[in-house]
Amino acid sequence: MIQSQNNIQLTPTDTQAGPVKQEFTITVYTENQVGLLNRIAIIFSRRKINIESLNTSPSEAEGIHRFTIVINEYEDVVRKLCRQIEKQVEVLKTYFNTNDEIVWQELALYKVPTDIIAEKVMVERLLHRHGARAVVIRKDYTIFETTGHREETEGLINALAPYGLIEFVRSARVAIIKASSGFHEKLKEFEAYQPAEDLSENEYLGKREGVFSM
Amino acid sequence: MEETLIIEEPQAATAAEVWDNKVGTNITGSQAVLEALIVEGVDTVFGYPGGAIMPIYDALYDYHDKLKHILVRHEQGGIHAGQGYARSSGRVGVVFATSGPGATNLVTGLADAMIDSTPLVCITGQVFAHLLGTDAFQEVDVINITTPVTKWNCQVTDASEIPNALAKAFFIARTGRPGPVLVDITKNAQLQKFDYEGYKPCNHIRSYRPKPIIRPSYIEAAAKLINEAKKPFVIFGQGVILGEAEKEFKAFIEKGGLPSAWTILGLSALPTDHPLNVGMLGMHGNYGPNVLTNECDVLIAVGMRFDDRVTGRLDKYAKQAKVIHLDIDPAEIDKNVKTTVPVWGDCKETLPMLTALIDKKEHTEWHNQFKALSAKENEIVIHKELNPTEGEITMGEVLNSLNELTHGDAIIVTDVGQHQMVACRYAKFNQSKSNITSGGAGTMGFGLPAAIGAKFGAPERTVVAIIGDGGIQMTIQELGTIMQTGVNVKILILNNRFLGMVRQWQQLFHDKRYSFVDIESPDYVAVAKAYRIEGSSVNERKDLKNALAAMLNHNGSYLLEVMVAKEDNVFPMVPQGRGVSDIVLTKDQV
Repeated sequence: MIQSQNNIQLTPTDTQAGPVKQEFTITVYTENQVGLLNRIAIIFSRRKINIESLNTSPSEAEGIHRFTIVINEYEDVVRKLCRQIEKQVEVLKTYFNTNDEIVWQELALYKVPTDIIAEKVMVERLLHRHGARAVVIRKDYTIFETTGHREETEGLINALAPYGLIEFVRSARVAIIKASSGFHEKLKEFEAYQPAEDLSENEYLGKREGVFSM
Repeated sequence: MEETLIIEEPQAATAAEVWDNKVGTNITGSQAVLEALIVEGVDTVFGYPGGAIMPIYDALYDYHDKLKHILVRHEQGGIHAGQGYARSSGRVGVVFATSGPGATNLVTGLADAMIDSTPLVCITGQVFAHLLGTDAFQEVDVINITTPVTKWNCQVTDASEIPNALAKAFFIARTGRPGPVLVDITKNAQLQKFDYEGYKPCNHIRSYRPKPIIRPSYIEAAAKLINEAKKPFVIFGQGVILGEAEKEFKAFIEKGGLPSAWTILGLSALPTDHPLNVGMLGMHGNYGPNVLTNECDVLIAVGMRFDDRVTGRLDKYAKQAKVIHLDIDPAEIDKNVKTTVPVWGDCKETLPMLTALIDKKEHTEWHNQFKALSAKENEIVIHKELNPTEGEITMGEVLNSLNELTHGDAIIVTDVGQHQMVACRYAKFNQSKSNITSGGAGTMGFGLPAAIGAKFGAPERTVVAIIGDGGIQMTIQELGTIMQTGVNVKILILNNRFLGMVRQWQQLFHDKRYSFVDIESPDYVAVAKAYRIEGSSVNERKDLKNALAAMLNHNGSYLLEVMVAKEDNVFPMVPQGRGVSDIVLTKDQV
């Protein structure tokens, strides 16, 4: 079920049976504009809300960026946050969803000494069981990759720890809203008019030596 | 849940007006800035030059016959003047400042304009684009500093982007819920020449919806609630003024017989003596509106945002009432007070739709409840505040005398503190856009520069700046702006020789431990004289009226200092952390 933050019920259901904080995934479609990340980030920091995970990348629609933000909060707070986000001039649309309304994944990379993997069959099986895939194999180390939920990537760290895990990194969450039909259609509504021209990035930064100024 | 979207059908494309003066020629970025201002209809700019904005000032030299530039004495004064201009005229205020400290001096004004929804376009100079991030002289990351206090901001590093950036800036500043916008232009972009294709005002930004769509079903639901209400109560804010919906609002409350109370930013949207005007809301508002907020059955909020100074303790605020909230900003719905029926949209459009659906009513008994509480407040507080016969001069009687002389026709600009509350409580207004004050931010020092701007925004009107002895000293340098421009502003200093509002709180809540509120003042009349401004000071009741008349009748600016009671308190008062109906009338009840 897509929850748009603009859904308002005519009769408020104030069944205050003790609201609980839970994980919400906020999806934001935006223009690609310098400084917008800060504009969105300060909406959270101003209220002292920690962002658990933040991913931003181009969406399926050309020129439109998609933010995926994970926070742990009350639904009421999340709804208000989303309205504040959508209020930003360069934000096209904001959705928020609970974990059962999305399909989500995180990617993790693990760097492990190659000799241990070569020597210990157990490790190879372990990696196999976790669905890990070798990305790079060198004489001194091998890098594996898995994707999954937090518990799954976390599980492999714990399993690898006794075998000399050298380094580990995890990506932010990316999520697809189950009920979403994509952004192409929505974008057409926004594009009823040609948008005002966008501003480009600073093209002078790399040219310092060649410019005289006072 | 159904997928809903705030979208407004764009109106038929109006042929964008194109100023063709310099079209097709090679002009500098600085010229493009000024061309943009002219097409946008800007006549007055408040500013202060400096290194990084010098090319724009150089271009301004040739535009002095088309654009009036007011040289202020401090950038904060400049932006407050821009706010005053915007608030008195309903137009966009324009401010120039240089990079670094020039730009950071705008921040207080931006925050003030942001929270009070004032349309401003601030143009700041910035170091050369290739120097960004090098800690260059007077380089400050103004974009990131101002992000939380602007509706939108952007940095321009190429002259050819200036027309589009400014077109967006003006469009964003004045549409939807208005707000301050900042455009930071690097010096190379100001100097650079480019092929000018004309300035096309912006009327659409893909990702920006100035107005939410109006949903008739919610209007019907709201009308039904109003028609069924026994004790409906309207509370209105600046949305009515910003939407220029004063007439529509009046028609609405008159048809429904709806008692209406205002926030201090909504003040003057409805004439003070209108029979349905029941007074001021909030911490120092009137007794009736506060008490009866917790007795009404339907609360109709129009263009206001339930500030904590209006609501007091939220869990004791109008819990018995169904709430209808009309606002142009969807983020305001349910932000502080849970709404029963949200009416999204520009109230200029939604109010007439609502008026059409509501029944004509009188609600006589309900009105009598307001009258009874008003009589009580009058007896306990107002009468002696406005008509004292002995003792020190009260702030209230100054306002009372001023009302008799202005008949409610003046623009009253106030600073922040006790005098502000007294002025808002007692000043009379006949027309809209007449009360200019720093509401949400509570910026001391706002008054004097805002009054200067207000006069430029409404030159035909009398502008009286009512300021305390604390606030005047925060931006007193703007007397220099008055001196140089000859702008006619009446400055009324209510001097109680204290930082009065803080002192009042220290008296009531901190055992009278007067910690650093005892503030000394210079000889204001002498200071004014040094700036070639006429002035006088009044200490005695018998001289008050004549002095006020002399101030108003003087041909030009005038500073009048009135020595008022040192330790008077503003009452009624909703003590912090209490519900609105716990409002107290005297200090013994606190």
